[in-house]
Amino acid sequence: MEQAIFYFFSAVLIFAAGMVITARNPVHAVLFLVLAFFTSAALWLLLEAEFLAIVLVLVYVGAVMVLFLFVVMMLDINLAPLREGFARYLPVGVLVLALVVLEMVLVVGPRLFGAEAVTVPARQAAEYSNTETLGELLYTVYVYPFEVASVILLVAIVAAIALTLRRRPGTLKQEVGRQVAANRGERVRLVRMAAERSKR
Amino acid sequence: MFDWFMNPEGPMVLVVILIKIIALVMPLMLGVAYLTFAERKVIAYLHVRVGPNRVGPRGWLQPIADALKLVMKELLVPSAANRYLFMLGPVMAIAPALTAWAVVPVGEGMVIADINAGLLFLLAMTSMGVYGIIVAGWASNSKYAFLSAMRAGAQMISYEIAMGFALVGVLMAAGSLNLSQIVMAQQGSILHWFWLPLLPLFLVYFISGVAETNRSPFDVAEGESEIVAGFHVEYSGMAFAVFFLAEYANMILIATLTALLFAGGWLSPFQGIPVLEGLFAWVPGTIWLLLKVCVFLFCFLWFRATFPRYRYDQIMRLGWKVFIPVTIVWIFVEGAAVLAGLGPWFD
Repeated sequence: MEQAIFYFFSAVLIFAAGMVITARNPVHAVLFLVLAFFTSAALWLLLEAEFLAIVLVLVYVGAVMVLFLFVVMMLDINLAPLREGFARYLPVGVLVLALVVLEMVLVVGPRLFGAEAVTVPARQAAEYSNTETLGELLYTVYVYPFEVASVILLVAIVAAIALTLRRRPGTLKQEVGRQVAANRGERVRLVRMAAERSKR
Repeated sequence: MFDWFMNPEGPMVLVVILIKIIALVMPLMLGVAYLTFAERKVIAYLHVRVGPNRVGPRGWLQPIADALKLVMKELLVPSAANRYLFMLGPVMAIAPALTAWAVVPVGEGMVIADINAGLLFLLAMTSMGVYGIIVAGWASNSKYAFLSAMRAGAQMISYEIAMGFALVGVLMAAGSLNLSQIVMAQQGSILHWFWLPLLPLFLVYFISGVAETNRSPFDVAEGESEIVAGFHVEYSGMAFAVFFLAEYANMILIATLTALLFAGGWLSPFQGIPVLEGLFAWVPGTIWLLLKVCVFLFCFLWFRATFPRYRYDQIMRLGWKVFIPVTIVWIFVEGAAVLAGLGPWFD
């Protein structure tokens, strides 16, 4: 049963990954990438890595890809010029492809990832919590690398905001503090005037 | 692979799970139907009107009539729309809304999948809901629908962060990601429920939940007066009904989660009170949960009849500049309380 599930999700994953690069419509490509993330999360679940699987869905599918989809939808890409000169660039593309395949075969070959090289991890009992173990490890043994990584991310956030923040003169802004502090005397002026009489 | 089918236990497990799913989804769908009726009635009474009262006794068959009408209507696909994605949109909206219910306990031990990382799973599933709206908005190939998809996407991502932080507070207090264990950690009395020690997080969570479900006053994604009906403006018949189902199923989900995480779930509110506890001991936990869910659902409807719609920039300000700082500050306060062993919640 588990094997059947594995092969099913693997087939879907390979199909989705293929469609990401062959789909003509960029929005379709992004949605296939979402499907690819989703199926790899399912494969991770089969490996009992439930924390990583759910975080993959939460972070990549739930946040990163939504923004990605956003950008791709907003861009009105004209696809025709992108497809021009296919024959001219083909040799370069094939060369790069061959290099990548060669590297992948060398690294992900049976020498390092074969059935003999990797021992099958032991099955854990039902009450074993992947999340708890990972959290304990992350906050005790690897606490400094973890903190350094978060500081680097914080720096990236600050840098991104500093690069894009600009103050334009003349734009109207709502100041909530002032609105709340406003009172009647500031806004309303009662005017006393004599009653007018219509002319006969 | 084949011995799994030969083994009598294998398919039986599947059958039991299927029965559990049906036992959960059928009442949920009925709940959605009568939530729409309750919405119209409650808002009518708040407006000093009567509301629907023609179909059946006192209007009780109104949701059935509405459902029949939607089933009978023709499904239209705009000629300029992207056919596949147009049809996929409603499916992508309802699938996460129903999947999330898999880990939600409706009573002690009454849950389809009692998994350890339940809270994370919920967060992941609710974050998936935005795809239905974005895909539908884009595939409709309509300006209104596209504007709505953009608004909904930005809004849901913003409020998800505040929601996630509120859940971090809950898991710090309960010491578990399992929803049943979170409820059991609130045992004691009504004052032991997490609404009291986590009051700011409770409010932030519920308001973010209203924003996540695109309900009034955060319904800029639908905004009838600005962009007609938003992402589902091109949908008719059942395709529209599926969006409707997803929205209301999400509302019930948020109300149930608020009840489970902050209001003691299926625990009796009279726990720890000498006479009343014994008097109400016969009430099953599911009834208490149902009552709490109804209170929160009523709040959804009440908000809709009370508040004017937020402007888009105000929504963003509230999410990023108010809710996120509030949750971060309260997580630090809570961390200090946990460290100090502040009773009766954190000892």
